[in-house]
Amino acid sequence: MTGTQLNALEVKNLVVHNTALTAVRGLDFTLPAGGRMGLVGESGSGKTLTALALMGLLPMGWQANGTVHHDGVDLIAQSDRALSSRRGRTISMVFQDPLSSLDPVRRIGVQVSSVIRRHTNVGKREAESQTIELFRQMSLPRPEQLMRAYPHEISGGQRQRIMIAMALACYPQLIIADEPTTALDVTVQKQVLRILNAAVKDRGCALMMITHDLPIIAAMCDTVAVMYAGRIVEMGPVAEVFRNPRHHYTKGLLDSQPTMDNIALDGSSRLASIPGMVPPLHSLPAGCAFHPRCAAATEACMTRVPPLDDGSRRTACWHPIEASVAMVTA
Amino acid sequence: MAIYALRKLAFFLGAVFIASVAIFLLIRGAGGNVAAVVLGKSATPEAINALAHAYGLDRPLPVQYFEWVRGMLSGDLGRSFRTNESVADLVTARLSVSIPLALSGLILGLIIAIPVGTYAARNVGTPSGALLALVSQIGVAVPVFWAGILLSLLFGVRLGWLPTGGWTDWSDSVWGAIRSLVLPVLSLGLIMAAVLIRYVRSAVLDVMNQDYLRTARAAGMTRTEALLKVGLRNASLPLVTIVGLQIAELIGGTVIIETVFSLPGLSRMILANVAAREVIVVQSTVMLIIIFVIGVNLIVDLLYGILDPRVRSTR
Repeated sequence: MTGTQLNALEVKNLVVHNTALTAVRGLDFTLPAGGRMGLVGESGSGKTLTALALMGLLPMGWQANGTVHHDGVDLIAQSDRALSSRRGRTISMVFQDPLSSLDPVRRIGVQVSSVIRRHTNVGKREAESQTIELFRQMSLPRPEQLMRAYPHEISGGQRQRIMIAMALACYPQLIIADEPTTALDVTVQKQVLRILNAAVKDRGCALMMITHDLPIIAAMCDTVAVMYAGRIVEMGPVAEVFRNPRHHYTKGLLDSQPTMDNIALDGSSRLASIPGMVPPLHSLPAGCAFHPRCAAATEACMTRVPPLDDGSRRTACWHPIEASVAMVTA
Repeated sequence: MAIYALRKLAFFLGAVFIASVAIFLLIRGAGGNVAAVVLGKSATPEAINALAHAYGLDRPLPVQYFEWVRGMLSGDLGRSFRTNESVADLVTARLSVSIPLALSGLILGLIIAIPVGTYAARNVGTPSGALLALVSQIGVAVPVFWAGILLSLLFGVRLGWLPTGGWTDWSDSVWGAIRSLVLPVLSLGLIMAAVLIRYVRSAVLDVMNQDYLRTARAAGMTRTEALLKVGLRNASLPLVTIVGLQIAELIGGTVIIETVFSLPGLSRMILANVAAREVIVVQSTVMLIIIFVIGVNLIVDLLYGILDPRVRSTR
């Protein structure tokens, strides 16, 4: 209907703060309908608070400012009641720890089918058969029996697939996945991601994937935004950003990824790491927040915040790395 | 669930058995001739022997124990040494005061504590939340008897709405019985509520920070809805345990309340009989109370199994 329908999310100047700290310091990005965006960054860079702000689920004491256009409304301006009618219907979220995220005392079938009943006009039986069908799509074994199971009775990978089923139950326009495989065994991570990937593709819904795991972004997303200390420092198509990072932080992240090439089998690891630590939110350095850890930092970096430029390749750096200089490692 | 329930039941029976032996030995074996103790210093040896024989006190202890247990199982709680009244009859009459008092007190406490505690948890860090915490803290510090006296002064003496004490039996006037229970129940309930509010508040606070509450909201529940539909059920788990423990507290509370309001309840009867050295009466009624307390804990365990599927499958 309107132009905003083309985009799953239009975020303008999103700020998340509490009385003492500002954790997200002005995000601007657009996620087109059906698009897949990865959000990467170290712990404390503001990824999760960004996601919770989009969902209107910020912890007590935190507040979001700015605008987030989604499905024709500004999510930030909505009341809890108005938002609740969207959560699980047009915008959904998959959380990190599937065990603590499911209600321990209600049957799985009830937890998922109640979401369907809440947002659509179907009856109990219809919601249950839809739930069984969802479980089947998630490659869950014996879906009928699973309906009557409790979360503690099934495996971590199955629990996370239940969470994904719950998030996708009402065919949302956007699903936010916050480190969906971090709490899982390595052996089931791939399976869960494959199922999430297929389900998102089937439904044509947009995906925002939050992780610190770059290969996951490479495999599942078409754009990537790199966050550092509450700001996006680099954004662009995944292949380009990973092949030719322009921001020194992005390059540092890529260089510190273990690959078969840079892990020495004799134990003398050649794995690079970024010097220094993520600055605490209460004492962020002036200028570019990354400058104390950056080899290319100059006078300008210490005083002025570099703006995130526009276009398909966006970088917030006074001295971006030139494509010819960057090492082609991917 | 069936295995869980059977195990809990076996545990209950074992606990009751141990308690019965302990009470029997404590009271009978505490030393001295029971009949002599009952009759006092001036009794003749003939009188003592006659009483001992009449009540089977001259038989060996194990025989006496089994006779007592057999009697209890068939509803015969023995007879008073002095008045020869049936203990079962005495107890039944008293229970018509004590059970309504204790149960209404507990229910009133819960009715107050659950909404107030939930409200206090939701408003933690705000002036109204702090005020509630303060009020319940004061409530915990107030002794039950003092609460009873204050209420009795206000509603009984000053306003004259309710009797300050005494008892109208159910058979004389149901309305009168209810009227004489209002102030005792109110004092017991308010004190119970003050204690329970703090537990409800911390249980709800704990649940509010759980990930599954956030999931419930992410799936479309409002903050309040998630708290009521998902939060309270989870918060009820620790609360069931606390309420079970509070039952013992409740019985202690009824002793005081029955005294303050001169109600002819079970607790006061036991006190009077201890003073009068009515061995059989004390022994049987204390046993009944113990069965009640252990029974409540059995119910709590079973309830816990129903409320929490994790308990059922792990134990």
